Parts: sequence; C-alpha cells; structure tokens
Amino acid sequence: MLVLQKILLIDPEKCTGCRLCESACSIHQDKVCNPLRARVHVVKWETAGLYIPVVCQQCDSPICETVCPLRAIKRDLKTEAMLIDHNLCVGCRLCVQFCPFGGVEIDVKTGKIIKCDLCGGDPVCVKFCDPAALQYVEATRVNMMKRRSAAERFSELMRKLLATI
Amino acid sequence: MKMVWSRKIAYVDLSTRKVVQKSIPKTMRSLYLGGRGIDIYLLYNHVEPGIDPLGPENALILGVGLLSGVPALGSGRCDVAAKSPLTGAVGDSNVGGFFGPELRFAGFDHLVITGRAEKPVYLWIHDGEVEVRDAMHLWGKDTFETQTTIREDNGDEEIQCLVIGVAGENLVRFANMRTGMKNSAGRTGMGCVMGSKNLKAIAVRGATDLEFTHPSELLECCKDMNDMIMSTKWARAQSKWGTMVIFSHTNTTGMIRTRNFQLNRLEGGEDLEPENMDRYAIGMAGCYGCVVHCRHRYVLKDGPYAPLYGEGPEYTSLGAFGTMVDCKRMETVLVANHLVNKYGLDTLETGALLAWAMELYEKGILNDKMTDGLKLDWGNEEALFEMIHKIANRDGFGNILADGFRTVMAKIGKGSEYYAIQVKGMGSLHSDERPTPSFALGIATSTRGADHLRSRPAIDLYGLPEELLQEIYGGPVSSDYTSYEGKSRMVWWQELLYAVVDSIGLCKFQTVFCAVHAPSWGEFSKLIHLASGMEFSRDQLMEIGERIYTIERMFNIREGFTRKDDALPERFFKQPTPIGLPIVKGKKIDKEKFNTMLNEYYVLHGWDNNGDPTKETLEKLGLHKEPTHII
Repeated sequence: MLVLQKILLIDPEKCTGCRLCESACSIHQDKVCNPLRARVHVVKWETAGLYIPVVCQQCDSPICETVCPLRAIKRDLKTEAMLIDHNLCVGCRLCVQFCPFGGVEIDVKTGKIIKCDLCGGDPVCVKFCDPAALQYVEATRVNMMKRRSAAERFSELMRKLLATI
Repeated sequence: MKMVWSRKIAYVDLSTRKVVQKSIPKTMRSLYLGGRGIDIYLLYNHVEPGIDPLGPENALILGVGLLSGVPALGSGRCDVAAKSPLTGAVGDSNVGGFFGPELRFAGFDHLVITGRAEKPVYLWIHDGEVEVRDAMHLWGKDTFETQTTIREDNGDEEIQCLVIGVAGENLVRFANMRTGMKNSAGRTGMGCVMGSKNLKAIAVRGATDLEFTHPSELLECCKDMNDMIMSTKWARAQSKWGTMVIFSHTNTTGMIRTRNFQLNRLEGGEDLEPENMDRYAIGMAGCYGCVVHCRHRYVLKDGPYAPLYGEGPEYTSLGAFGTMVDCKRMETVLVANHLVNKYGLDTLETGALLAWAMELYEKGILNDKMTDGLKLDWGNEEALFEMIHKIANRDGFGNILADGFRTVMAKIGKGSEYYAIQVKGMGSLHSDERPTPSFALGIATSTRGADHLRSRPAIDLYGLPEELLQEIYGGPVSSDYTSYEGKSRMVWWQELLYAVVDSIGLCKFQTVFCAVHAPSWGEFSKLIHLASGMEFSRDQLMEIGERIYTIERMFNIREGFTRKDDALPERFFKQPTPIGLPIVKGKKIDKEKFNTMLNEYYVLHGWDNNGDPTKETLEKLGLHKEPTHII
C-alpha cells in the first residue's frame, strides 16, 4: 500500500510570496543562501498578486526517469523521492527538458543536475512555511483535505440558500 | 573563504559614468555592521556640509543589512540615505521587499551614487558588474510600468528594481523610491534625490552565493527566530490584518489624529476597521524572508479607478487618506494608496500636507483662488485624489505643496505654521502623541524629522509590570503610558535598538517593537555570530547603536540643527485632546516636563545640554576624528 506515503502538497492560495522556502532550501542543500540554486521556487505574477510555488512532484510515472539514458534517476524507497545518482549522471539535461514542472534544474554554480530530494523525508521548506502553502502530508490525507475544501464551497452555498428560506 | 562581509561597495559617479568598486574592511563591520550604520558613515564622509541636496554633490547611498538574505525576521531590508531635500537633515529611509537581498546576490552591499547624468539613466547591476544604461524610454512611466518594462527589456521576471515615479522625476521633495507593488523607501524624499540625478531606476539580479560561518546552525536558529516572532499575538494579528490592526486600538482609545489635529478619534469611521479589508483582499503578502506577511493583496472592482490590483494599505495610509482628512470610506484609502504608489509619493507626507491644507482652507488661510478652485473640505475625496495628481505633476497648488512643510509655511505665512504637525520640516504619522509622552519625545528627537520608526516604544501602551520594564530598559520606567517618568530611557533604548536593526537588515516589527518577547539584542548576537563569525555582546551592540545615532546627530549639527529643533509643534502644549477614554481625554504635553525628558535623554546619549555629543562620548565611540574617509 502506498496510501500512507507522504507527498509535498502545494496550495498556491496560501502562498504569501516571502520566498523563505527558497532561501532555507538553498542553505540546507548547499550550505549557502542563493535562491537561484534552491530546489523550490516561487513563481510570481507580481502585478496581479499571484504566487505559485513550483517544485518536483515526485511523479508516479516520472518522465525524468523515463528519458534518462543512464538510469541515473531512481526512486528512494523510504521517501518515494526521485533521486539523482551523480556517479551515473552525465549531465545530458534531458530530464530538465522534459520535466513538465521545472522540477529538475541545472545548478547555476556547478552546472550539475539538481532536484528536490524531500530532504530525506523532512522537507525544510515545509518547516519554514508558516502559512502552509507547502505541506508534507500523507496521500490519504491529501484526498481528504481536497474533498473537504471542495465541499466547503458547496457548504457555504447551502448555508446561504438555507438562510434565505 | 567568502563571508557575508566580502560584499563590495560600488561608487558610481553619474556625471562621468565612472564606477569604482571597493571592499568593506572588517573594522567597518565591527563599528557599523552594515545597512543604515555604514550608510550613515558614508553619508557623513561623502557629503560636504551645506551642499544643495538636489545638486550633483549630494550622495545617494544604499546599503543592505549585515544579515540580509537569511531566512528569518524579514531580512530583506535595504537602507537608503542622502542629505534630505525635505529637511536638510539626515535623509534615511528603509525599504523591504526583495531588492536588498537581490543586490547582495548581485555582489554588492552598498552603493554610493554621486553626480548627475546628462539624460535619464538606470543602473543595471548583476553578478559583480555595474552598468549605467539609457532610460529615456522609462522616463514618464509610473513606478509599476517602470519595473515591468525593465523586466521585459532584460527578459527576466525576477529582476528586482528600486525606481522613482513621476513624483521623483518632478523633484517633489517627498518623492519616494519604490520596489514591487507596495514597498517604498518612503521618508525624507530619497526619490527626489534620485530624480535630481536623472536616475530612474536601479535594477539588480545575481547568482552569487551568500556564505555563512555556521550555515546549518544558522538555519536552525532562523527557524527558531521565526517561531519566536509568530508566538507573539502581535505578529499573529499582523498576519491577518497587517498594521491596519492598530486602527482598532487607536480609534477606540482616542489616539488617532483626525481632521489634521482637531480630533483624536474618527467618529463614524467603522468602515476603516481592518476587518473590512476582507471585502477587497485576495490574500496577504510577505517581504523576503518574512513569516509575518503583513500586507494585503487587494482588488478594487468598482469605481472610477477600477479595476485595480494593489497591495497594502498600511496603518499610515489609513491615517493619511482616512482620519486626518476625515474620509470615512475604505475605498477612498485604497484608491489614494494606489495613486501615491503609482506616482512614487510618500503616503504619510502627502496625507499630512493635505490634512494641513484642509485645516488652513477651513480657517480661511487658504482660499479657492489659491487652491485652483478646489474645495479642500474635510472628507472631499475627489479633491483628495485631484491633489495627489497635482502634487505628483507639480501642477498649480500641487506645485506649492510639493516643496514640503518648511517651504510652504514660509510661502503661505499667516500663522499657517501653527497648524503644521511637523518636526524638522517633516510631517508626523497620524498617531496622536499627546497622551503618550514617550511617543512625543520620540518624534521630537528623531534624527530624520518627525518619525515613529526611529524610536517608537509601542510596548509602553501595554501597562507592563515595572520590574519587567526595568529589566528590558536597564533603569526605572513607569508602567503608565501617560507618565513622563523613565520615558526618556525608553526612547533612547529604542533608538539604539532600531539603529542596530536597520543595520543588520531585519524588520523592526519582528523585534521589540510591539511585543516584549520578540527577538532582541541576544538573538541578534546569535544570528550575527552564526552568519558571520563576529562576536558582539549586548553592550557592544548597544554601543554600535549609540555610534550610529550619534554620527547622525553629528551630521545634523554640521547642517546647523540644534536643541531647538528637537521640538514639538506648539499645539502639543496648548491644545488638549478633546475626546477618548478617560485616561486619554484632556491630555496635552507639559512643556516643562517635556524639557526635563529631553535633558535626561541627552544625558543617556552622552550629549550635553544643547544636544551636542560630549568630547568623552565622541572619544568613547571613536567618532572624534570623523570624517576619517576609510571607505
């Protein structure tokens, strides 16, 4: 059963655009602060006030794994994160080109391929995200949360309707 | 090995387009840290006394805090300094957003911009390089369009810019510098200095690592700091309603200036309660490294200026375009907030001047002929909007107000100065300081003119146990906010604290501003140590604060400011508060007690009775040989 597996859940509506996730990620991963080298990014449409965190989705059928000619991207059995084996990686960047989420990147400093590794099961970005735009939750809980938030909209509508009767 | 202090200063002469880069010696860090501290040192050393603030010899100085970039406590702050064209004193303004850290990632901590470009230019700063670029196509654009255009021109959405709008181009003396949708280096007319240099924008982008001495421990500590600030009710309230939350308190008690200075509460002002922002808000937004996220993102769907997207407004704007001008509608504030942001005008100064003008109009000191036919009646929002357009474009009566209190008082005469709520030529926030002597002393002594962010001891309002106050402030302080006892100590202590906070680049709201158990000296020491390896005790940090505040004082003394400029408008002494809670009603400032407070305050700083730093103080702080021209 995979249902208990935790996933990194993004809720853009809660993102305040502070980029704490980027800064914390880069310090954790590379011991320096450099948001451009972070594994998570907040993409902004500043003049419209829209902030969308973007990070590897650790897909069930990962395109990065499929396109990698050297099988250098493998799933970690404990966290389910897709990890890069730098001993095998030749830096062909096919994974970067094909990932639909921008989840695999080229490190601007080293030129190496980098991606989110879920910090070994305890993502730093989540710890720094007080508004909970980034959460690390069990898959079953994700379904429940999504259901509830969808149902809430109906519930508000129902309340309004009932109040008018 | 690179450390945070490896970042450079770039000296840019716009007249010759020459750029010189220098390192910042570690000794300067241990004396002034960074940000405001080093900026003020540079100001004292690079600006000759008596110069024209709008002349090429004025220096526009930018500085990023020592800790800018760390993931904690709103570390995105950047400080801007120059001789102020509004006051002639220290010009200094602090801005959040994302510009500061990006300047750091581009390889620089400080910029010293002198001279004047022949035609409009902008600075393009990236990865250790500074380029002076043509900005003819940007001139005339508002602050939003300017940033969008620079990003489009360079094909990078994540470039951060500090820009001026039309107000700065037109040399409105309280024009600001802006970044993003909301953040402004608002006070003291730094945008006006920028305009005088024909400098439209500073754009930055970089990929340089910011290295730390103890990165893993720093990360851990940052998390603790964020938890610490979020454990305060103040931060939680701010997360939801921003600084607007203060309105609920001040309008209930009677501590909010209304109709300029006539009332201290806005009757019927319920629409300005922060909860009503829910009608327009789509969420909150935070600056770089900020867990509090105190500003609203709002959408206005109706009205002549709709549709528009804006951010804010701060408590300041609720006063500027609400209580002080007697406008009771939230939408008025939102529109005015948007207009001043678009033009690049300081919201506070604009509102303070308009409230003053409305009172003069009511008193007959101003008439329709002088106001270009505009009826400057209380609550006339059309006139309010029109005046914002006029000030920014220096049109008619707006052209007069655009020069700020000091010049306009001299021009209008007729006793108009009595109604002007200003200190050293700069207007004051709409808080009514008459019931709170600590607040009143703070606006009088502020080195940059009437200002709440130099020293405001907001925790004075909480009636905390005196033992606790003694522990924090290191001496006896009355727990009664209407008392004069020990309040000089509070102001002095907060001045030192904020000088250090502005120099390490954190947000004041995330320090001992409105919550006692928010990060303070000890936490700063720890963060500085983990980030840079430098060790400072609490006393050493306080001494740095004293050095920064004293060199600001020296700058002002050199420009001719004396004890008589540390004064309050006469109305504070003559006119008691007409309404409010029993503890607040009927309060005015006692002149004699105020002078005693001021004496005590000078002693705490180590300044003599005229407010001049004593020889011993200068020697103790190592300021006796300034200017030393080290950087």
